[in-house]
Amino acid sequence: MSINKTLRKGLAALAGGVAVTTLMAGTALADPAIIYDLGGKFDKSFNEAAYNGAEAWAAETGGNYLDFELQNDAQREQALRRFASQGANPIVMAGFSWTAALEAVAPEFPETNFVVIDTVVDQPNVQSILFDEHTGSFLVGALAAMKSETGTVAFVGGMDVPLIHKFYCGYAQGAKHVDEGATVIENYTGTTPAAWNDPVTAGELTQAAIDNDADVIFAAAGGSGIGVLQTAADAGVYSIGVDSNQNYLHPGSVLTSMVKRVDTAVQTAFNEAGDDATFQPGLLMLGLAEDGVGFAVDENNESEISAEQMAELEALEEQIIAGEIEVHDYTTDGSCPV
Amino acid sequence: MSVRRPLPRWADIVLLPAINLAMAFLISGMVVLMIGENPLEAVQVILYGAFGYGDGVGYTLYYATNFVFAGLAFAIAAHAGLFNIGGNGQAYVAGLGAILVGLALDQTHWLIVMPLAMLAAGAVGGFWALIPGYLQAKRGSHVVITTIMFNFIAAALMVYMVNRVLKPNNTMAPESETLDVMGRVPQLREFIPYFGYSPVNLTIVVAVAFLVLAYILIWHTKLGYQLRTLGQNPVASKYAGMSNSRLIMIAMTLSGACAGMIAINEVMGVQHRLVLDFVADAGFVGIAVALIGRNHPIGIGLAAILFGALYQGGQELQFVIPAVTREMIEVIQALIILFTGAMEGLFRPALERGFVLLSLEQKAEATARATVDSES
Repeated sequence: MSINKTLRKGLAALAGGVAVTTLMAGTALADPAIIYDLGGKFDKSFNEAAYNGAEAWAAETGGNYLDFELQNDAQREQALRRFASQGANPIVMAGFSWTAALEAVAPEFPETNFVVIDTVVDQPNVQSILFDEHTGSFLVGALAAMKSETGTVAFVGGMDVPLIHKFYCGYAQGAKHVDEGATVIENYTGTTPAAWNDPVTAGELTQAAIDNDADVIFAAAGGSGIGVLQTAADAGVYSIGVDSNQNYLHPGSVLTSMVKRVDTAVQTAFNEAGDDATFQPGLLMLGLAEDGVGFAVDENNESEISAEQMAELEALEEQIIAGEIEVHDYTTDGSCPV
Repeated sequence: MSVRRPLPRWADIVLLPAINLAMAFLISGMVVLMIGENPLEAVQVILYGAFGYGDGVGYTLYYATNFVFAGLAFAIAAHAGLFNIGGNGQAYVAGLGAILVGLALDQTHWLIVMPLAMLAAGAVGGFWALIPGYLQAKRGSHVVITTIMFNFIAAALMVYMVNRVLKPNNTMAPESETLDVMGRVPQLREFIPYFGYSPVNLTIVVAVAFLVLAYILIWHTKLGYQLRTLGQNPVASKYAGMSNSRLIMIAMTLSGACAGMIAINEVMGVQHRLVLDFVADAGFVGIAVALIGRNHPIGIGLAAILFGALYQGGQELQFVIPAVTREMIEVIQALIILFTGAMEGLFRPALERGFVLLSLEQKAEATARATVDSES
């Protein structure tokens, strides 16, 4: 314990009065750190993708990393200061609620590099990563309209927040781009964070959509999406997964997955952002061109998508990348044109 | 057991809670042991994290501020025999009152903003509790059912308000605009640098004042007497000429207004903006706080600090011993609630018997001594 105490005192002095209790004497400085959002590390969705990225980095490099799960909003600044004064570098944050905390803490630690995913913080030592969820959703929406026989497709979102409306809006635009008369049913599992983990409600909403003739259902609902995919598989209609590649869950029923490569983003950040030579502060947009978002095709669903449809999707993707098709981003003005 | 007498007062309010806490810690320690960590080190870390340095103390007090309001909210209703488990929702909607006043007046001065925001938050929180109170008083709908349902209505309302009304277009996160510096409740660290970066703010003074006010209200006013009469025996209060339905509505409104003060601590003092779910279940912790504190302001104050220390110390534990996850800390907190709240009576019979035996022995001894005295 005496070594720990000495270390503790030394570091506390270093941090200028900010008390630090590193009982982890073995932790080398400049390990990367990741802080998950309130959903928790194993949310089967966004945070878990970030966790997978960190684990992939650890497996690849054999390095150690620090992580922390928040319990409430007041811990954001606390966790950031804690890791920064411990010497962690870079510090990666997953989630759109980090803006205020990071704006307060980043200037206090100019030597530390921060990476934040899903929001923008304008500081010289911060890299902000955004994903073009709307363009990825556009493509799966287009595919949904191609596969639909009834002309009705559905969307089941998780918590009713702007980010999920962004998914919906891209999806609806994609569907209407292919079939102007397509009907898009829009539903959300709830208004509290519990909505991310409510497969039963999601399943009921899916059943309701199927009863209203929908035959392709896109789940952008975190852990609740499992209920959508299950219900769709039981009813013999198509579903579309989200965030991670979920094609394997119900082969033949999961038409595709709108993947958002949070894992790759975290892994890249761990590799590059710790070193000032490779760290790129500022905004990084990960879209179709960067493979940050896209639709997943593997052995589980390739038989469901014909070569013709594939070609059409690839053409759409190129047009979006080239700027010929402009997909409206819901979060820029809080409204959807379709 | 035929010989059972109520416990002496000191045993009821000190010894019994202490035994319950000790049991909770013992079992928590076993859980820590099961995941292969040293429970004594864990306790040391928790204590150090909660009380060992300025930031930690500040965080403990910041959490305690919320728990005082939530505990008092529960206790006020409980004295009137009402089980208000909607403190969470009442605090949540109260954020609306706080932020609207805050955003309207944040160019003035916090001395103007804070009292007005308190009034607004209290009014909104009180109103949110008044509706279930009215339904209980006039329609006989049980407040346990209605208040918990109002928590969900509150959540839906707040998501709508934050996303569709209060959210500026240029932010990604569902949150309102940020208050100007002038409109924020000052942090204690501005006066006492000891508190480091911790978010404890002047609202804690309000919390202490509320503890005193609640004591006066419940035991030294006519209204308090009426509320307690209603709680002890609604037939008696009615017979004595009190209007039970009026009292139910007053008790619920006061309770909700008290819960609403959580919004002052969180919205005006810490986050400086309205974020989703800012209450973070403090309303539910308040129930445990009131149960441990025996619905008495002193007990509530102490229990609030205990839970504040658990929250902050638990956070420290997560940093220092990474094997202890967020869920583990919730398990420890849940065990404490279980032992001090739900299974509060577990050791009561044994303790009562013990005291009876003890007093019998004392009596026998005294008799023996008296006999010896008279014989000599």
